[in-house]
Amino acid sequence: MEIVMAFACGFLFMSAVYLILSKSLLRIIIGTGLLSHGAHLLILTMGGFGGSNPPVLADGVTEYVDPLPQALILTAIVISFGVTAFFLVLAYRAYQELKTDDMTQMKGSENHE
Amino acid sequence: MNNFLLLPILIPFFFGMILLFGQKKLGYQRITTLLGLMISIICAFALMLNVNQNGPQIVTFGNWPVPFGITMVSDMVSALLVLTTLVLAFFIVWYGFGSIGKERERFFYYPGVMFIVTGVNGAFTTGDIFNLFVFFEVLLMASYLLIVLGGEKAQLRESIKYILINVISSALFVITVAYLYSVVGTLNMADISVKIAEINQPGIVTVIAVLFLMVFGMKAAIFPLYFWLPSAYAAPPIPVLALFGALLTKVGVYAIMRTYTLFFTHDLAYTHELLLILSILTIVAGSIGALAHFDVKQIIIYNIVIAVGVILFGVAQMNEAALEGAVFYLIHDMIIKAALFMLIGIIIYVTGTTNLRKMGGLMGNYPALGWFYLIAALGLAGVPPLSGFIGKLLIVQGGFQAGNVWTSIFILASSLVVLLSVIRIFIYAFWGEQGQLSSTMNKSTYNLLFFPTIGLVLVSILYGVGTEIIQPFMNEASKVLSDPSIYSDAVLKGGK
Repeated sequence: MEIVMAFACGFLFMSAVYLILSKSLLRIIIGTGLLSHGAHLLILTMGGFGGSNPPVLADGVTEYVDPLPQALILTAIVISFGVTAFFLVLAYRAYQELKTDDMTQMKGSENHE
Repeated sequence: MNNFLLLPILIPFFFGMILLFGQKKLGYQRITTLLGLMISIICAFALMLNVNQNGPQIVTFGNWPVPFGITMVSDMVSALLVLTTLVLAFFIVWYGFGSIGKERERFFYYPGVMFIVTGVNGAFTTGDIFNLFVFFEVLLMASYLLIVLGGEKAQLRESIKYILINVISSALFVITVAYLYSVVGTLNMADISVKIAEINQPGIVTVIAVLFLMVFGMKAAIFPLYFWLPSAYAAPPIPVLALFGALLTKVGVYAIMRTYTLFFTHDLAYTHELLLILSILTIVAGSIGALAHFDVKQIIIYNIVIAVGVILFGVAQMNEAALEGAVFYLIHDMIIKAALFMLIGIIIYVTGTTNLRKMGGLMGNYPALGWFYLIAALGLAGVPPLSGFIGKLLIVQGGFQAGNVWTSIFILASSLVVLLSVIRIFIYAFWGEQGQLSSTMNKSTYNLLFFPTIGLVLVSILYGVGTEIIQPFMNEASKVLSDPSIYSDAVLKGGK
């Protein structure tokens, strides 16, 4: 299972890097989304898989799954959700103002020497 | 149990929430912000005295047993940084009355400042590595607001890059925490320190150390990860720039300082040697930038990069003298950078340009501004008895003790470059023929900008002259940094 997850994370990171390196702003934002998904899956994998065991420790339960990674992922997902929403709004506003979504046309500043 | 240490985080947060209401009433917004910061400063000061008297203060949320609950730890390093943060925020907000502009004030500038202070103080205080990530996000969210507030073209363009860089570095942070968790199985920083010492830092932990250096280095602007900083910081108005320059990069520096003194102390030959080399390269890169530019904002922004290098050089030595110097220099740099940004803000206001070549002859009309600028510039370069001297002295002394003679001499030589870069502003702007003057300038706004700036320069002078009084606090801080067991014992045995 860990091997499968490693490939899944790796594939997500690969696609994310590909998308982030492209010119279009929208593709970059989707790339950042995939990047954080990859990171979240990685936390899940790093916590270790426990098969069908419950994530609680109670009397008589000797095998249990570490519940902490799930709490961490939830926090990280909420944060990346908020940031992505902000980023999308900003991208739209920047498109209206700068009349382009092409990153190559957004470098430097107009009063640069 | 001592909940008192949470007040410098909770009060700005609470006031930030109140400020979300009544956004159009400027008087209410301004007074409430200053009031909130003032109360926080008093609490932070009391906290610092308390920490000095009773040792590190610990609180674990929900009264969970220590390695399981989220712990907040206020030791001397974090107490000092929290106090400095609040004092700087106070002066910057005051300065902002004259320069931030009514439009921004009406659209959540003050809540943004309060939330960024919440995030910065939280990051300084937390004792849990994942919680550190959360507080990083809190301060980043507020910084996204502040960098784009106003919606000028340059701001929109630069804030996209700024957010992209920070999203990537946050993802890396999560990945690094995941790796660390899979190796040591805990998130509590004190517990991580003990666990890494138990397994004697195998190779995988060194890899994690380098990943942490990348994550925090991206925020702290070390070489070669500083590339985003100059253009992103130049976009927002001066008070926001001062806030970013004084606080945000320093949070990254603090995080490197904390992880490299608490966790990764068993393979110094690799991790700290790497830190040493990177800090020297950071200074070189910053010096080139500071000398190459004729834009006053860029010159001071590149000076942030140089200072980060100097502080991390102190951390890389890992002995008590250098660490004390690093803390001294860190706080000095926060104060003096804010003061310098405020001063060049005034220069930009009276001349109406950021280009040095168009300025000149301000000494005739604004002698006081010139003298205060000169004091701040000399303080930045570390001319005794001003504030930069003692920190640099201790860092270099620590460097000699650790046997890094040539690199320590290089640090001393870099002071000359720093001095040259800021004195160049003095020579171009204050001497010579009368240059460009702004036509929209009025005296009362000038005074509104000038008084908080004088206040902050005076604070920096006091910090330098009063070294004798501050030294016991710094000594305490360096002890905590140089001996990780003080920190971990306080958390694991002292906390309930």
